[in-house]
Amino acid sequence: MKPQQKQLLYAGLAVMLVVIWLFYSADGPQTTAVLAGTVRAATLLALGAMCGMIGERSGVVNIGIEGQFLLSAFAAFTVASMTGSLFMGTVAGIGMGLMMGWMLAAMAVGLKVDQIIAGTVLNIAALGLTSFFYDRSRSLGMGKYTNIDLGPLADIPLVGTVFFSRPPLTYLTMALLVVVHIALFRSVWGMRTRAIGEHPGAADTVGIDVLKLRYFNVTLAGGLAGLGGAYLALEAVGTFSRAMSGGRGFLALAVMIFGRRTPFGAYAAALFFGFTTALQNQFQLNNTFDIPPQFVGMLPFVVTIIVVALSGLVGSMRDPAALGQNYEKG
Amino acid sequence: MSRSILRTVAIPLVAVVLGLLIGAVLILSQNASPSTAYTALVVGGLGDADAVLRTLQKATPLIFGGLAVAFAFKAGMFNIGGQGQLLIGAVFAAGVGFGIDNLPMVIHLPLALLVGAIAGAIWGGLAGTLKATTGAHEVIVTIMLNFVAGNLTDWLSANPWKDNSGNNIVARTPLVEDSATIPTLGAVPVGFLLAVAAAATCWLVLERTTYGFEVRSVGHNRNAARYSGIKVGWVMGSTMAVAGMLAALGGAVESLGVDGRFEAGVNVGLGFEGITIALLARANPLGVIPAALLVGLMEAGASRMQFKAGVAPELIDVIQALILFFVAAPIIIRWLLRMRHDTSEQLQLGAGWGKS
Repeated sequence: MKPQQKQLLYAGLAVMLVVIWLFYSADGPQTTAVLAGTVRAATLLALGAMCGMIGERSGVVNIGIEGQFLLSAFAAFTVASMTGSLFMGTVAGIGMGLMMGWMLAAMAVGLKVDQIIAGTVLNIAALGLTSFFYDRSRSLGMGKYTNIDLGPLADIPLVGTVFFSRPPLTYLTMALLVVVHIALFRSVWGMRTRAIGEHPGAADTVGIDVLKLRYFNVTLAGGLAGLGGAYLALEAVGTFSRAMSGGRGFLALAVMIFGRRTPFGAYAAALFFGFTTALQNQFQLNNTFDIPPQFVGMLPFVVTIIVVALSGLVGSMRDPAALGQNYEKG
Repeated sequence: MSRSILRTVAIPLVAVVLGLLIGAVLILSQNASPSTAYTALVVGGLGDADAVLRTLQKATPLIFGGLAVAFAFKAGMFNIGGQGQLLIGAVFAAGVGFGIDNLPMVIHLPLALLVGAIAGAIWGGLAGTLKATTGAHEVIVTIMLNFVAGNLTDWLSANPWKDNSGNNIVARTPLVEDSATIPTLGAVPVGFLLAVAAAATCWLVLERTTYGFEVRSVGHNRNAARYSGIKVGWVMGSTMAVAGMLAALGGAVESLGVDGRFEAGVNVGLGFEGITIALLARANPLGVIPAALLVGLMEAGASRMQFKAGVAPELIDVIQALILFFVAAPIIIRWLLRMRHDTSEQLQLGAGWGKS
């Protein structure tokens, strides 16, 4: 980041903190509810964005995140309901995510199907399969994941409730943000991953097996989306319903672009999008403003369009050079 | 039949067979009989005049939706916005359909279709223009516009254009006037004829006009097209506008010919099926017609299949996804048929979210 951009970022953060403090002193419970909702909505987006990021850093576009969320949520819900264990459900969700990732890799890397079409196949297949096997009479049979207070940290006003009194998968996601950041930017794997996304030909000449690494990365990234599915079914909602991912797999892509394909950037973007969602829910709950809910509902999507348009205009948000291109060994 | 036509048809055909075979396994897994299920499916879609009418009605928006994807494909763009464009077309056509009275049919019906088409053209053209001017990827933008359209049409049908007759609490518009209703000729809905005419027009425009040549040039190689003097930005914007118009006409025909009104939530998912149709047709406008008839038949017969064989109608969606998979990855079928590799068969879009 350039120094000027950094200054701008800090200034923005400072303004935001002051605004939050002002709102909190005016209406504590309301502010806490909105900010807690923000973190809640951001978790799924952050997981999806990390899934997309690992794929795109390796040169593979994944627009199948929506389908990965949905089928993993279904697997997580079904297994949790059958075994009576949320943990087993979560494992099943991650497993299904890995499998979907592998399928995307098999199509997009192995069979050299156009990457966008491969992702679309995943989305349509997930919607069809989950609708076909959906059993209306099945229920979770237990409570969803509940909040865990992190000792004295949870007692801090506002911040404690918002960040340190969360359910387990949210903590896991926050930890994964750090792990993925270190892996992408501080490890040999990360360097190789970025190399095959920028210049697969050059990576190949220094002995990196481009196709194998892409295969591995896209599969692995699927596991993150799988965790997202488990989060959706077992932590956020506590049940499964048809098409429950509701477009958030696509929103995650926008979050990823907005966050410049970095984990922390993506989380900041996810919090921003989460904020619009939380605000919308709060508006609907207490009718403080006379804005039709549909217009508040449009907000994240309109913002995404503006962001994507601006990211095209602002040259600094650059795609990995080999993004979307299938690699043929020369 | 010449060899090249055979080659073109072979892959979609085998894909359909494979999809149905795997579907049969799924039916068996539900302890039902595949032969009973598939017989019911065909009878439900072709058995009598009513069944044929249903199939043609189901195929109509699929043709429009398939064309909306196929046309954009020709310019190298992927239009996932069919859903939103369809909703916009459906709500505005219905708006004109119920909002104006005392007009003769020859004016009212074309006017309703036209307003729906123009609204869809604006909706689709927005994505194309953003792509051309800022490089914003049309896949993201059209998906987002789908959600915006969903919210907008919900609001329109729940607030200013709401049907207030009786104790209606559903978000829907009043019924359209008779003078704006698309008639049916025996078992053939006029909307279906419109769809076939649209497919033929698309083919003519793409294959026999200068504009069509420009569209295909942009699709083959954007840079080469630019160097040869084609206004690439304009072609991209206008192609998406045409695509949006086509999808919107599908929605307009649904409102004016099938549902008789716009109702929020009724057309959900319809726009996405255009992708399957277009891929099945290998982005050929004329191929869209048989592809849509096939899927339309399955959809028309799905409820009879559920009734007779106890198979969930969502099986149709799974079969569609399977067909899509086999068409998108022709390597599997080529291996089955021992066909030679031919790169011209692979559909390539190329990607990247920003500038290209």
